[in-house]
Amino acid sequence: MAFVEIIKHTKIDFIGFRNKMFVLSAILVILGFIAFVMVSMGKANLSVDFTGGSQLHIKFSEKVSIGDLRKALIDGGLHDVQLQEVSGTHEFLIKTKLSDSEKGKVHEMVSRIITDRLGKKTFEVLASNMVGSSVGKELKKNAIIAIVISLICIVLYIAWRFNFLFGIAATIATFHDVLAVLGIFWILNREMNILFITALLTIAGYSLTDTVVVFDRIRENMAKMKSKTEFSSVINRSINEVLSRTLLTSITTLLAIGAILVFGGEVLFDFSFALFIGILIGTYSSIFVASPLVFLWRK
Amino acid sequence: MLKSLKLRFILVLLFIIISVIFCLPNVIEPQGAWKKYLPSDKIHLGLDLKGGMHLLLELDTEKLMQNMVDRKFNTLKDAMIRDGIRFLGIDRRDTTISVFLRAEQKEKLYNLVGKEFSDLKAGGTKTEGDSIRVEFLMPEKEVAAIKDNAVGQALETIRNRIDQFGVTEPVIVKQGDNQILVQLPGIKDPERALELIGRTAQLEFKLVDEENMSRYTGGAIPDGSEVLTMRIRNRETGIVTTSPIVLKKQTLITGELLTDARVRIGGEFGNEPYVALEFNSEGARIFDKVTGENVGKRLAIILDNTVYSAPVIRERISGGKASITGSFTMDEAKDLAIVLRAGALPAPVKVVQNITIGPTLGQDSIRKGVRAAIFGGLLVVAFMIFYYRYSGVIANLALLLNLLYLLGVFTALKATMTLPGIAGIILTIGMGVDSNVLIFERIREELRLGKTVRAAIDGGYAKAWVTIFDSHITTLITTFVLFIFGTGPIKGFAVTLSIGIIVNLFTAVFGSKTIFDWILTKYKPRSLSI
Repeated sequence: MAFVEIIKHTKIDFIGFRNKMFVLSAILVILGFIAFVMVSMGKANLSVDFTGGSQLHIKFSEKVSIGDLRKALIDGGLHDVQLQEVSGTHEFLIKTKLSDSEKGKVHEMVSRIITDRLGKKTFEVLASNMVGSSVGKELKKNAIIAIVISLICIVLYIAWRFNFLFGIAATIATFHDVLAVLGIFWILNREMNILFITALLTIAGYSLTDTVVVFDRIRENMAKMKSKTEFSSVINRSINEVLSRTLLTSITTLLAIGAILVFGGEVLFDFSFALFIGILIGTYSSIFVASPLVFLWRK
Repeated sequence: MLKSLKLRFILVLLFIIISVIFCLPNVIEPQGAWKKYLPSDKIHLGLDLKGGMHLLLELDTEKLMQNMVDRKFNTLKDAMIRDGIRFLGIDRRDTTISVFLRAEQKEKLYNLVGKEFSDLKAGGTKTEGDSIRVEFLMPEKEVAAIKDNAVGQALETIRNRIDQFGVTEPVIVKQGDNQILVQLPGIKDPERALELIGRTAQLEFKLVDEENMSRYTGGAIPDGSEVLTMRIRNRETGIVTTSPIVLKKQTLITGELLTDARVRIGGEFGNEPYVALEFNSEGARIFDKVTGENVGKRLAIILDNTVYSAPVIRERISGGKASITGSFTMDEAKDLAIVLRAGALPAPVKVVQNITIGPTLGQDSIRKGVRAAIFGGLLVVAFMIFYYRYSGVIANLALLLNLLYLLGVFTALKATMTLPGIAGIILTIGMGVDSNVLIFERIREELRLGKTVRAAIDGGYAKAWVTIFDSHITTLITTFVLFIFGTGPIKGFAVTLSIGIIVNLFTAVFGSKTIFDWILTKYKPRSLSI
């Protein structure tokens, strides 16, 4: 019987690669740790959701250069302003650490500056987001609690369904993915907002699903192959058996996310970007991180 | 799994019908007699899709306690004077009020407090020279109750204001200890709404301190007076300026005694909007007394520590009617009447979060989201057919069922769709075929082992089931946590993704197996296109 196959029967020695892959993973994880420390210190491109401050999304009726807008805003007294142009449109995202106070509303201040200094250009405020710093702290705390709790729940579930060793390996692989995406986002200086946290948790869930599928097969093959066989070949065989499934699911999911990436617009771009790299890394980790870890400990 | 193919078919069909019925209002409005029997709820759109304002307000409970203790302080002082308790001094710090007096007056004071100030607890006493200091404090339980009460009261007041302002489907809920979340979908004039909601609206009447006013130059003023700013609006240009005004500190009448406030047109200048006030009987009595005793003096009308007008009292005013003129615009007068009718907030509120989304951005987001969903869906569908041929078609049917049920459940649950929610649906499309991929790969393995088509399909489903179940549970755990800790848009994501996952368990396994079994029974194929 003939099937369409992206990969034919593979007999790849995944366990044999483990050292090279561990180096790669170590780099990703270290990067992630650095990013985590930087994020905790506030030295990252955090959204106003976490830092407190204001973000305005404005649309001009005609072309305005980002340089002119920046100059106008800085001259108008917004010294810490960060600007981002929405490509292909006359839209800008304006970010500042200022939040509304008794002295005035940031929204009004920006509108006034633009009217005063770029007078002829008409504009519309599409969206604004003002967050007091106390709320930001609360959100940051909640985000961390959410990540920790879901990871704990998942470890407990895996530990119960498989055994503790598998649970730990799966958790490390999941942490690996979350940290790697965090690190990549940090290096690329992309903005981290609440949607990014959501993406991280989704990635954790996805990566775990992938890992569970591989572990499931290892468990099945362990029962089948008895203790005579080398553990490394049990793992290798299991990964090879589920390899096409792992790749296929990644492909379909990446196709869907790719559609959001291309068509979803500015708001969803970073979110889908995080998911995209997260799924790539999650696929990689279930093959090259989780299973080799189990092998190392069982040896 | 159910043995009878017919029963399984009926079940799948039944769910299709139910989903279609729930989804229908999103496409066409039910008409006539149908209206009565069919659900009519559309999918609720979140603020990010519909446009609107999301506010998180924080009640200044410190200020509240300060006001509370201030009031207690004043009434205690008045009561001691009334009862002839001779005290040497009275002082307050935080929630503690200290009275200095001679020892023989102590009994009397305790009696008074015991009788009339049940919410004050006697603290310590201390002898200082020939006098003693007696402390009274508000018990912590009392303080907590006051705070809690105040948040509830503020929530009611804000709800009242919003109702009178006229916003459809507002969300007004308490959050945490002292915060109130307000969501106003589709609001046209967010600035004005914010002004209306955030205003404390503490209305007070105080006498102008004419004596000190005339010689006020910006320096110190006597203890019983205070300086506030007065708002003056130029009738021709509409420009608002301010100037200081000296008032007697004592509040004569407050907004609590109002029964009504309405916008009227007329007054001194003929066609100006002003706010007509009506007091209850107690308010009318006090107003009558105050105006009677102070003819010729100016009475300042103060809203949130800003003087709006200070007309001269020409004669005694009975009947409990008054008006606030201040050359308002029509909208200003309308909003002022609303806040006065709805009552004052027990303490000032601070806006700690304000997300405002214009309607154009929301529509744009929906358009882009739907386009991404369609494109992503088509890619996945095409890929599945390319890779699994006819079996891919079956997986796609299962995927279609998945989406239909998902939308049905989503509409039926009256959940709120957000932009991340749309992303959740698209993600469901990508991840949803995973179950079928797992099953099909298993079936291929079985076929390679030389099993018959039926045996391979049954084996594939049975073996893949454990894996599918485990993987669904792990994803559900994360979405569950997201649902609990997430706010607005994130909740939408968690809801769509978790419904998608649960529905997927049914459609991808039960649904697709039913189709396979039907084909097997009907056509008895020798080989399988997979």
